Amino acid sequence: MGIPGDNLIKMYRKMILIRNFEDRVHRLFLSGEMPGTIHLYQGQEAVAVGVCASLRKEDVITSTHRPHGHAIAKGVPVKSIMAELFAKTTGCCKGKGGSMHVGSIEVGMVPAIAIVGGGIPVATGMALAFKMKRLDRVAVSFFGDGASNGGAFHEAINMGSIWDLPLIYVCENNLYGASTHVSKVMKLKDIAERASSYGIPGIVVDGNDVISVYKAAKEAIERARKGEGPTLIECKTYRRGGHSRSDPGQYRDKKEEGIWLAKDPISRMHKNLIKMSILTEEKGKRIENEVKAQIDEAIEFAQKSPSPKPEDVLKDVFA
Amino acid sequence: MRRLTVAEALKEAIREEMRRDSTVFCIGEDIGIKGGWGGAFTVSLGLSEEFGHLRILDTPISELGIAGVAVGAALMGMRPIADVEYGDFIFLAMDQLINNAAKLRYMSAGKLKVPMVMRIPVGASGRGAQHSQSVESYFIHVPGLKVVCPSNAYDAKGLLKTAIRDDNPVMFFEHKLLYGAKGRRENVDARAEVPQEEYLIPFGVADIKRRGSHVTVIATLRMVYTVVSAAEKLKDEGISVEIVDPRTLIPLDKDTILKSVRKTNHAVIVHEDNLTGGWGAEMAAFISSEGFDYLDAPLKRVCAPDTPVPFAPIMENYWVPDEADVIRAVREVMNR
Repeated sequence: MGIPGDNLIKMYRKMILIRNFEDRVHRLFLSGEMPGTIHLYQGQEAVAVGVCASLRKEDVITSTHRPHGHAIAKGVPVKSIMAELFAKTTGCCKGKGGSMHVGSIEVGMVPAIAIVGGGIPVATGMALAFKMKRLDRVAVSFFGDGASNGGAFHEAINMGSIWDLPLIYVCENNLYGASTHVSKVMKLKDIAERASSYGIPGIVVDGNDVISVYKAAKEAIERARKGEGPTLIECKTYRRGGHSRSDPGQYRDKKEEGIWLAKDPISRMHKNLIKMSILTEEKGKRIENEVKAQIDEAIEFAQKSPSPKPEDVLKDVFA
Repeated sequence: MRRLTVAEALKEAIREEMRRDSTVFCIGEDIGIKGGWGGAFTVSLGLSEEFGHLRILDTPISELGIAGVAVGAALMGMRPIADVEYGDFIFLAMDQLINNAAKLRYMSAGKLKVPMVMRIPVGASGRGAQHSQSVESYFIHVPGLKVVCPSNAYDAKGLLKTAIRDDNPVMFFEHKLLYGAKGRRENVDARAEVPQEEYLIPFGVADIKRRGSHVTVIATLRMVYTVVSAAEKLKDEGISVEIVDPRTLIPLDKDTILKSVRKTNHAVIVHEDNLTGGWGAEMAAFISSEGFDYLDAPLKRVCAPDTPVPFAPIMENYWVPDEADVIRAVREVMNR
């Protein structure tokens, strides 16, 4: 398939990192050690990782209310994400953001925008800036199936299209907007079809296969860099958990869950890599252990970090 | 010295700033179309000839998109001047302005800045309920936004240049009847002498339009003219009116307002927007809490009634606060 083994291992490691990060965060929330609310990314790791693998540090992304995976994939330090979730001053937003707004512009991630669809025009504007400044940079907007029914999606994609902006619209279709199945709120089979309304390519990919995502994204990113305009990539995927931390997901059909859980992106990648002799069980274990140690370290860092001063609330309103 | 209209002054500000700084650009509907109008009120007419169609960027009718794209471009170091043709359309863009433009700096703990200007034409001018509203008050409530409302050409130019150079999102309100009206309304001539040499007007500095000793009247935009003509009549009754035009509502020049009230001991606030929850309420609360001891009588607000803006000229004239309303309010606070 022409992707160097090292790159595949890197992607695999990132996916394991996201999965373990989210699993630990989930437990920390349930045990009451973390404040706030969370929207977890388990099951969708291949999307964030597959797309971000072809991005450079100076490329930028916008994310959603479910942003931990995007942040890790784009290279926001895990410690600073964890510290943000613990509401500490060492967090990537110094405790002002929280779970739904993690991000760090130093590595090309705007604080996640938690209004559904709200980041799509912003990414479009960032791409416009790159075009105006003649910079070799691209913008990516991650959003869910739900966002594709909102005005922001349609207005922004149309603008990205007419101006041929260096931009990729990545729709993570995990079949549910909160508790509502996509089939109840959309007649189309594929959200990617919506691209045809705006005269740009719309591509459907298996969002649980990191290699498919990687290939589609790479091609779209190259197209964008060449000034050929945006692409809408729909990644079909599935949330392993509920919408947010307190959601048991009772609206989901057990059979459907079973089918999707069997298509888990990490176990599939694991199997593939073993088959390709790029990974051994032993090396897989080692990666898992290293990742777990990294997360332990991040948790310790976060827990030991100082809380913000209450009066810090007054800072950072105006430049 | 040259006398410019507000539209001319705004255009000059944009042109100067675009020449000075290549990151400044305009984005909006109908702003650069050849054979078009240069925006709804001619402000950008002719600019695309000098700056091209990428920097005078015409958009689809997508107010949400315009605001959101401006936010994104600003995040990446551009300085967009975005335009909605009528202030009433800004409601389509509220999510982008309030949740993104105003909050991204805060959410990023000061790492990001959003240097954008949103130009918003307001004011009743015979166009009915959805093209007439004054919407400044919605924005003074949003931490992270600056709110500017110039009443004449000199202020418009100097304040717009400051707005463009400001590192924060600035909501810039322009009254439709002040642009350059060809004598369509009596007593409303916002033209002003505008020097050739460059000048900027800092935010948060009120302008005392008229010195007086008996009552302070605070007004912005078109209402400044209504108050000026009311003050002329009140002079004949022996009432000396001091008129304060704050010019920017956020930041607000509280010192100048309090100093004036301390001198006159009476205050009247006038705005074209309807009464309830308007910026006059915030002004009244501020003067009452910080200047209570200076007041010899309860302050008064002169505002439109709590209805949408009507169409029929006879009704619109009733709706918009006028000279008689101001005179009545001043007499009441003066107990005359």
